[in-house]
Amino acid sequence: MAKRIDVSGLSAFYGGFRAIDDISMTVEPRTVTAFIGPSGCGKSTFLRTLNRMHEVTPGGRVEGKVLLDDENLYGSGVDPVSVRRTVGMVFQRPNPFPTMSIYDNVAAGLRLNGRRRKSELDAIVEKSLTGANLWNEVKDRLNKPGAGLSGGQQQRLCIARAIAVEPDVLLMDEPCSALDPISTLAIEDLIGELKERFTIVIVTHNMQQAARVSDRTAFFNLAAVGKPGKLIEIDETERIFSNPSVQATEDYISGRFG
Amino acid sequence: MSHTASDLGARHRGSAIARNRLPKWTPLAIAAGAVVVGIGIGAGAGLDSHVQWGLIALILFVAGNYVVTRVADGPRQAKDRVATSLVYACFILAIIPLYSLIETTIAKGVKVLDGNFLGHSMSGVLGTQPGGGVYHAIIGTLEQVGIATVIAVPIGVFTAIYLVEYGKGALAKAITFFVDVMTGIPSIVAGLFILSFWILILGFGFSGFAGALALTILMMPIIVRSTEEMLKLVPNELREASYALGVPKWRTIVSIVVPTSIGGIITGVVLAIARIAGETAPVLLLVFGSQVINNDPFEGPQSSLPFYIYEQYNLGNPAAYDRAWAAALVLIILVMILNLIARGIARWKAPKTSGR
Repeated sequence: MAKRIDVSGLSAFYGGFRAIDDISMTVEPRTVTAFIGPSGCGKSTFLRTLNRMHEVTPGGRVEGKVLLDDENLYGSGVDPVSVRRTVGMVFQRPNPFPTMSIYDNVAAGLRLNGRRRKSELDAIVEKSLTGANLWNEVKDRLNKPGAGLSGGQQQRLCIARAIAVEPDVLLMDEPCSALDPISTLAIEDLIGELKERFTIVIVTHNMQQAARVSDRTAFFNLAAVGKPGKLIEIDETERIFSNPSVQATEDYISGRFG
Repeated sequence: MSHTASDLGARHRGSAIARNRLPKWTPLAIAAGAVVVGIGIGAGAGLDSHVQWGLIALILFVAGNYVVTRVADGPRQAKDRVATSLVYACFILAIIPLYSLIETTIAKGVKVLDGNFLGHSMSGVLGTQPGGGVYHAIIGTLEQVGIATVIAVPIGVFTAIYLVEYGKGALAKAITFFVDVMTGIPSIVAGLFILSFWILILGFGFSGFAGALALTILMMPIIVRSTEEMLKLVPNELREASYALGVPKWRTIVSIVVPTSIGGIITGVVLAIARIAGETAPVLLLVFGSQVINNDPFEGPQSSLPFYIYEQYNLGNPAAYDRAWAAALVLIILVMILNLIARGIARWKAPKTSGR
């Protein structure tokens, strides 16, 4: 449960294009780390290298090391499928499986991995939906289609689906960018609760959100369009937002940036 | 139209956004007027063909719509109306042959279509006599199409899954190319191929199965193409969501991708079945045709509905014509029942979004 992530010298490529260059950082267990930075600077790409989703994209390739409690995700003999069971992910747009009910959506990760005992599934579904603050809203219609929920509910359903497989780390790629302020608040509260159990990494374009939910913040930037994205600095969130050590960070946070 | 004309002045004086609107029933009125005038001109000028009457009415409808809208509403609305009325006119033009085909088939087909016709073969019935039936042909069609479907659907669907989910590089390109080429193979060529390969080289006899092999060749590319399109429609986000849960690729395909697109895949399969159910040439070459019931598709000649129609029509006497029409009706109904079943399955399996 809740593992530490140690990244060293990580670069990611799309075919011949180097999208992020030589990134090293440490993410402590049971903390929330926020990634901020302009569009195209490689935040999402970097996030996707942390559970080997980057290589799902055609031409996707990674160099460097990602240690999850001293085990290299890119070591030889590591099965990407097992990595993704350990490092869960929530996407930008809510994407419940359209053919499945609310119940089946939450149980999907377990069922598709071969755990089918009804009583066990019932318990995990309730626990996950409660964990995602959705149980009270959907407990009477678990058999209705997941796609029939509102956007914010769908996103919480996706979070419930991700935590149902009990990962050690939860990656969130702009989980609130498609949601209204109320649903955003619900998810931010949820992140605060989830960090008791998981290591959380969240990409966000909303700096207030980064300030509200995260313990540490990493600022990414790119020199120019077509150049690889780089990690500029990572520090305590309070420090980044009050007294960052790099000028570019301050410019970006205060809105004086390009 | 005097009512509309007297309204025009008032309409032009309306507000900037609410003026220049003809009442909703105007196109209907123009259509009715066009039909009446079309009949008038047709009858007056002594034109024999009712097709000419109809064409005059259609042209009058489009032109009338343009003129009336242009005068009353203005040029932009007139263009809009012309486009709309052209679409309606084309729709009607497309429907007429279909309607006429169904009407003719039903009118001529119901004469001898009864339980006796459906339940008996042509065994012991002379071609010139009335009586006899289509049972042996129904059995033949169901068995041949059934075998072809059982072979073609798995191969076609798996090929499509390979092309969409795994295929990269030269092999995928080659497969796509050959599928495209196969789509264009005429049925008689598929029949000749199986004839030379299965019957002349390998030495098997005429049978329903040989015909089914040729039908398989015709069916496979259609299924590959339609399934491929349906699989491409599944959003990548769903695949990624599944991978992110630690689900292996093959399980993602089986449990997420295929169920999401199953409605479209089934529709494609049914269209392919409908397409091959009417094939005569391969049956002529490979199944040979028969007047008696042969339940075994692997041994001996059979008949099939399209072949039966061809055979009866060739006999050239009134009793045989009646049988040919009735068999055509049976074939259409058979395909329609299949279509309805498939639509039912597709609706039942389709992704559900409502039900909040």
